[in-house]
Amino acid sequence: MASENLIEIKDLNFSYDTRAILKGINMTMQRGKVVAIMGGSGSGKTTLLRLIGGALPPTSGYVKFDGDVVHELNRDALFKLRRKMGMLFQFGALFTDLSVFDNVAFQMREHTNLPESMIRDLVLMKLHAVGLRGAHHLMPNELSGGMARRVALARSIALDPMLIMYDEPFTGLDPISLSVIGNLIRRLTDALGMTSIVVTHDVQESLKIVDYVYFVADGVIAAEGTPQQVRDSVAPFVHQFVHGEEDGPVPFHYPAQQYRKDLNLESEVV
Amino acid sequence: MFKRIVSSIRHIGHQTIEGAWRLGVATRFFLLVLLKSGTSLRRFGLVVRELYFTGVLSLIIIVVSGLFVGMVLGLQGYETLQKYGSESAVGTLVALSLVRELGPVVAALLFASRAGSAITAEIGLMKATEQLSAMGMMAVDPIARVVAPRFWAGVISMPFLAAIFSVMGVFGGYLVTVVFIGVDEGSYWSQMQSAVDFRFDIVNGFIKSCFFGVAVTAIAVFEGYDAPPTAEGVSGATTRTVVTSSLVILGLDFILTAFMFRGVS
Repeated sequence: MASENLIEIKDLNFSYDTRAILKGINMTMQRGKVVAIMGGSGSGKTTLLRLIGGALPPTSGYVKFDGDVVHELNRDALFKLRRKMGMLFQFGALFTDLSVFDNVAFQMREHTNLPESMIRDLVLMKLHAVGLRGAHHLMPNELSGGMARRVALARSIALDPMLIMYDEPFTGLDPISLSVIGNLIRRLTDALGMTSIVVTHDVQESLKIVDYVYFVADGVIAAEGTPQQVRDSVAPFVHQFVHGEEDGPVPFHYPAQQYRKDLNLESEVV
Repeated sequence: MFKRIVSSIRHIGHQTIEGAWRLGVATRFFLLVLLKSGTSLRRFGLVVRELYFTGVLSLIIIVVSGLFVGMVLGLQGYETLQKYGSESAVGTLVALSLVRELGPVVAALLFASRAGSAITAEIGLMKATEQLSAMGMMAVDPIARVVAPRFWAGVISMPFLAAIFSVMGVFGGYLVTVVFIGVDEGSYWSQMQSAVDFRFDIVNGFIKSCFFGVAVTAIAVFEGYDAPPTAEGVSGATTRTVVTSSLVILGLDFILTAFMFRGVS
């Protein structure tokens, strides 16, 4: 029987050259759950997604996806594995030279031998799920930011993956599109029996829809828990993050030498 | 002073290493493109689509430039040749200049600035907007799906464009010398026919344009794929495509000419 966990991450370290980005990350993600990975900008969240997708090899430790250690797979096996994953990029990353329809049909045409009539039905069903069946003939440059992201979502569920990774799905959206995308993530995860990983720093929107939250700060997991535990947490970092406070464990000021020194006031003091 | 000299030597060394490194990366990329061309050949529709963008859309500039270059050649050639009373040889002059040199070279230069820059900008922007990463995450190799079809479309288009350029040039020369100036039509064509050799002139011109096609498109796809994913990155890559391709075309032309036309009268 397949294990209850779709993803297991064990002692994962990753560095660019000598700069450590992730330090000893341990995570598990159960099937059918929506898991959020939160953290400030540059905390290594997107890198984590790339490690799960096998786009980067870890420095040490491993990511296990559906029983396979991702970085140990050869290229063909990795590409096969990726067919079980979908990824929603920050701004959709739709293919600008293809229409909405062709974008959603892209993977079906690349990876299956389905007849065109069946592809048409499937594409319209996927687009219907995100409410954009009527927009199938439009080109990506004719879509608003929220619509583009919904099309990208339809594209990422094209082959009914086991996992979808969302990289900052809420960035730059108006409040309506924001809750549309949020609800879609939850609904599609439940309806298709997938697992979702949402990388975000939109605390309020994501706490509404996720089952579990990991906070990543400075390359380590600073805190984790269910949305309720996170809201009630008194840990200084989580409190600062959830309530958006300006100063706290994450300082407002970038490290610098003494202010007085920078303004050349030292000599006058003497 | 001493410090300055050392730092400038260090700078030159650094640039050289950087250049050699980049050349290595580019060569490796070129081999990868060749290796992954299977998809393009199996699904030739992908190449045909790109043929339209690189080849067909370059036609206007090639046709118009070819016509004007031929007209100027005819005019200048006539002015010089008539001093020696051999204006009937103007057809030969126009045809040989075009088929051997100007056709392949000027068409390739125009192709680099029209289609090469477009290929670089398109691939660079696809990279900057994460379209290539998205494709990779969908288990589709961007080199096989995006780069290889564009490469082959460029390689196929180039000889045709060079041929069209030469034909238009010959026609331009005809217009100016025969129709406007009144050189004898029979001698324009017959002298051309007897002077232009199929093997030495036309085939060599064709070979040149094939080399230029490979060079220009290989540079264009590499620069696009290698571009830093920012606005400045893409614009810099586009400029580099045009500059590098133009220099490579001229350098290659010299080398090829030296090999091809040595000892040919």
